[in-house]
Amino acid sequence: MDALKLDGNAAAGILQEIFAAEITTAIGTCDGCGTVEAVGAVAVYTRGPGTVLRCPHCDDVLMKIVAAEDRLWVDLRGLRTIELRSV
Amino acid sequence: MAGTAVLGRLTWQVAEVVDVVTETPRVKTIALDVPDWPGHLPGQHVDIRLTAEDGYQAQRSYSIASAPDSSALELTVEYIADGEVSPYLTEELRPGDRFELRGPVGGYFVWEPSRGGPLLLVAGGSGVVPLMAMLRHRVSSRAEVPTTLLLSSRGWDDVIYRDELEELSMDGIRVVHTLTRSQPDGWTGYSRRVDGDMLRELGPTPGERPHAYVCGPTPFVEAVATSLVELGHEPVCIRTERFGPTGG
Repeated sequence: MDALKLDGNAAAGILQEIFAAEITTAIGTCDGCGTVEAVGAVAVYTRGPGTVLRCPHCDDVLMKIVAAEDRLWVDLRGLRTIELRSV
Repeated sequence: MAGTAVLGRLTWQVAEVVDVVTETPRVKTIALDVPDWPGHLPGQHVDIRLTAEDGYQAQRSYSIASAPDSSALELTVEYIADGEVSPYLTEELRPGDRFELRGPVGGYFVWEPSRGGPLLLVAGGSGVVPLMAMLRHRVSSRAEVPTTLLLSSRGWDDVIYRDELEELSMDGIRVVHTLTRSQPDGWTGYSRRVDGDMLRELGPTPGERPHAYVCGPTPFVEAVATSLVELGHEPVCIRTERFGPTGG
């Protein structure tokens, strides 16, 4: 068990910055294993130079976000789909 | 309230401290005045950004403790000795001080009365904060939802919101404490970490399909969520929020 592991809630702010929408209730599909899960339930690591979202089942990287002074860099390669639902 | 912040850019705004209340020796509640606060749902949090004179910035997330209909926005913050932000928030802040905040953010770890119950809330230490927003909202909205709060604290003096929880327990909410490190004389309650036996004794049973919300340090959340699944609760009914070990 990795004590540095957080969850999608911890990335809610930066994700809303990127998508201009509440994303933790959105449903993501992992490109590695096909698991479908709410973004709020995925594993999140924030202690590195950026924020890394990983699949809670296969541990593949779903998304990487690096915030620099004047830009946000987003890598979405591990996220096959993301489905936003109106509340 | 439904649909709050589904669409919308997050912007930083300035919050002004109106009150600081000591909850325990390590925990304070900070009441804030935030002009144009759009409202929040119980369980949501805010991001806080502090900027030093040399431009260095530190950013952290803190759960909202107050109910949506409360007059002030309240955050409850635990002092982390080697933290960058929490020592300032808990030791230095005075009424009239200002800092930057954005929110509310999050939507996954949220409970509203329309979601129903029964409600099973399990907290480790300051993990009780977002759950307190849910409990306060349950009371103020007069939602008749069977509710259990299981709160794990180190000792009796470390129990956050202790007096208010006592009042809630007379208001139809079942409040159960476990004290993991030290217990007062004559303590007859639980005195161990939350485990499967404890969760089974307390219920509700998986057959009652409770909505479970688990919040606390990562090892606590993982242990409780695993126990709930082993007892037969459906993973989709268990929502979790993890605090980092060096989060402050």
